[in-house]
Amino acid sequence: MSDIPLMHVFILAGILFVIGFIGVISRRNTLYMLMSLEVMLNAVGLAFIGAGSAWQQADGQIMFILILTLAAAEVAVGLALLIRLQQQRQCLNIDALDEMRG
Amino acid sequence: MTVEVPFYFAAVIAIFASLRVVTGSNAIHSLLYLVVSLLAVAVCFYFLGAPFAAGLEVIVYAGAILVLFVFAAMMFDLQGDVDPVNFRQQGKSNWLSIWFGPCLLATLLLVELIYIITSSDNGQKFASNLVDAKAVGILLYGPYLLAVEIASFLLLAGLVGGYHFAKDDAPGDHL
Repeated sequence: MSDIPLMHVFILAGILFVIGFIGVISRRNTLYMLMSLEVMLNAVGLAFIGAGSAWQQADGQIMFILILTLAAAEVAVGLALLIRLQQQRQCLNIDALDEMRG
Repeated sequence: MTVEVPFYFAAVIAIFASLRVVTGSNAIHSLLYLVVSLLAVAVCFYFLGAPFAAGLEVIVYAGAILVLFVFAAMMFDLQGDVDPVNFRQQGKSNWLSIWFGPCLLATLLLVELIYIITSSDNGQKFASNLVDAKAVGILLYGPYLLAVEIASFLLLAGLVGGYHFAKDDAPGDHL
């Protein structure tokens, strides 16, 4: 059995998730929103690793690997969209996108 | 010393670095703090008995994804939320806030790493609930084979989407 209680791991994951979520909903810069999304995905991975460690199963690490691939694909597409936004609007403000019609 | 104290130490570093990521006003500084945060979470993974996941965290997250972030951030003007201040030298008065914070946190993690290496006997002392990479690999290419295939499709879609969105428009060729 682990020396670290599972509840503490979940509390840490929750704190990191809430920090990332506050970053996503409070920042205007799209680059910061992507970074906060990374923090959120990282917290979810930490929760999976902690649960898999508590039950001595490898399923948590597999879920973490899947989250890792998801984060890689999300960052690739998100940064490409940011480059396109910078080319067309000359800023990274997410509010510059509210005039898209259609 | 037991396993709890280094774990909570790395947890505090992760929380502090994540706060600095969210509240930062300079993109490069926030990226440096994000690297420190990911490394601290990797240390937490190691103490939770998942050294393979810790290695993946360092290699893929802090190595590949953050390099992608840095390359992309170099293409933008590094502005904050409200005021479009550009990336300039901010004077010698607040040199502490520029590079000292991530350096200090990374040094603390390095001290913790040296402590782990020097004080662990045969590497098995700190991870009583070790789930090694062999079990992960057996499970990954057994019951989770379909998930691996779907993840490969997702990565392919990310590759094609990233190329498509980021390339310049040819004249007469609309998106």
